[in-house]
Amino acid sequence: MNVALAKIDKPEIAGEAFAAVRARVQEPVKIAAARTLAYDAFQRVGLPHRRIEDWKYTDLRALMKVVAPLAPAPDAATLTRAEAAAKLHAIDGVRRIVLVDGVLAPSLSDLSALEQGVSIRSLRDALAGGDESLLSLDTANPMVALNTALMTDGVVIEVAAGAAIARPLHILHIAASAAATSATRTAVTLGEGASATLVESYVAAEGATGYQVNDAAIVSVGDSARLEHVRIVEDARDAFNVSSAAVSVGTHAKYNVFGIATGGLVSRFQAVVTIAGQHAEVITNGVNLLNGNQHADTTLTMNHDVPGCVSREGFRAVVDDRGHSVFQGRINVRQPAQQTDAKMMTRALLLSDDAEVDNKPELEIFADDVTCGHGAAIGALDEQLLFYLRARGLPEKQAEAMLIQAFVGEAIEAIADDNLRELVSGAAARWLEARS
Amino acid sequence: MPALLEVKDLKVSVADREILHGLTLSVNAGEVHAIMGPNGSGKSTLSHVIAGKPGYEVTGGEILFKGEDLLAMAPDERAAKGVFLAFQYPVEIPGVATMTFLRTALNAQRKSRGEAELSTPDFLKRVREVAGSLGIPQDMLKRGVNVGFSGGEKKRNEVLQMALFQPSLCILDEMDSGLDIDALRVASEGVNALRSPDRAMVVITHYQRLLDYIVPDCVHVMSKGKVVRSGGKELALELEANGYAQYQEAAA
Repeated sequence: MNVALAKIDKPEIAGEAFAAVRARVQEPVKIAAARTLAYDAFQRVGLPHRRIEDWKYTDLRALMKVVAPLAPAPDAATLTRAEAAAKLHAIDGVRRIVLVDGVLAPSLSDLSALEQGVSIRSLRDALAGGDESLLSLDTANPMVALNTALMTDGVVIEVAAGAAIARPLHILHIAASAAATSATRTAVTLGEGASATLVESYVAAEGATGYQVNDAAIVSVGDSARLEHVRIVEDARDAFNVSSAAVSVGTHAKYNVFGIATGGLVSRFQAVVTIAGQHAEVITNGVNLLNGNQHADTTLTMNHDVPGCVSREGFRAVVDDRGHSVFQGRINVRQPAQQTDAKMMTRALLLSDDAEVDNKPELEIFADDVTCGHGAAIGALDEQLLFYLRARGLPEKQAEAMLIQAFVGEAIEAIADDNLRELVSGAAARWLEARS
Repeated sequence: MPALLEVKDLKVSVADREILHGLTLSVNAGEVHAIMGPNGSGKSTLSHVIAGKPGYEVTGGEILFKGEDLLAMAPDERAAKGVFLAFQYPVEIPGVATMTFLRTALNAQRKSRGEAELSTPDFLKRVREVAGSLGIPQDMLKRGVNVGFSGGEKKRNEVLQMALFQPSLCILDEMDSGLDIDALRVASEGVNALRSPDRAMVVITHYQRLLDYIVPDCVHVMSKGKVVRSGGKELALELEANGYAQYQEAAA
């Protein structure tokens, strides 16, 4: 049988980056083959564009245009610049794990004296060792496919059953090269009854501009385990950040994730959360604070596969200038998932005439005994409240800042760790100060 | 000595409709003036224009406060200079703790006047003193501004701010609305404690009842956007007996 392969007319994108990755890593054939398959899958679609439903509001083909070359492995000078950024973005009381341009930097990380039950490996080592569980992400999503093809390093964290890790684990992504791609993958597995707090933040070292971050996470919260997860996107103002996550949550487990985006030119957090065990609880909250030409997208799929679980989604956006905030939330309730209690609420404040917010809730429910709801509210700052504050002596910008801080504060409340809650509040306050 | 507040031939429109048609009023430091009048006579408009609320167009006349052109100032500048409007309907601000609000407002006013910010211990001490004298419990100060407060609590919160900011001109807009007699008495006592030779008060009210508690030095009757009669405190009693009808005809 003759099979005529369609000739691909469009030039290969990310070809240079893929060649660079292949030259850099030494992996078993099955891992290398998976990378090639993923690369081919990406090539078939290319950068996703607005005619693909899932990317309607975030047209990466128009926004990113190209996949930048792979960032070179950091040299000593790069690590020195990264160290300055690491100090600037240090968080008190955490165990810091630093990735520079997509490569684990042990010299900037605190990997000593790990708590009993915690194991931390580099993704690079884990892949070289042939760990196929790290390939479980669905490459039907082109940016996930690209991540699989290009991932250079990352962190593989395992918390043993019953271990309660009080000190938060902080994965700090530092971009140090200009106009370069970094691709990383994190895997976090919590055993039965374990508890931990994971912080992921994305920042730029001096000189890092126009770069592209492609990160992915595989998160597994075991039965009766509890994971607190905080994401902080503070990338350079002309940078791109696409982060994907696949989360599975076990019986009686609790997963609480919060994300804030104040940085980046274009950022997207796309997560699929699958509640696979009964009586589990998933809480997702987020805040986008955008101005200039910033664009931030949160795309979340919540799969209720089993009965008796609770999910809450609360997202707030504050958008100034020509900023654009997107929230796409999909709740799938399968037929067996009776007594599901799922709610989604989005609120947005528009601070200028040109600001844009798109909310797309989708609920697909096959069970008949459920409580599911969604709501969305978009508006401007309340003139009555502003006047009250100004009549009490607050100048205009300060009055606005107070109301905005209160607006996002209600979402930030969801962060359980006091220190991290303060940190995120501080990030919001800095955004507000920079505005006035 | 010039009057603390000097309103001269003030004309104000809202959406091209004139509400105040040349209002004149002079208030000296140390005095309490009551402004009475039927609904729609422009009492609240006057209070809003003095405080600087957006949406009002001043088409004529002027307002001088301590000899300065008040209308040229932003609302926050007016507050820092000593103008305080106690709102008829104080707004609820979820997510902003009352304590944070009070400290931010006080320090913003002090900063505008070129004064140093109050230290946290000094501030807390002052708030506790004032709150204690008004019977405001500490847990109310931790809650969002006016969130879940009763009508009486909201008005007490206004008086608390007045006592904290120590303004030289207090405008009380329908302070009695929504209050029962007990709440009215408590709020009025708070206001009376602030009477001082350096401070003037303008009490806007529909009913004479409030003036039993806050006894004015002068009473002005407003009708259809003008002051149509001024007199002593006995004028309030006369109004209570005879109503506003004669003034509405006189102004027409």
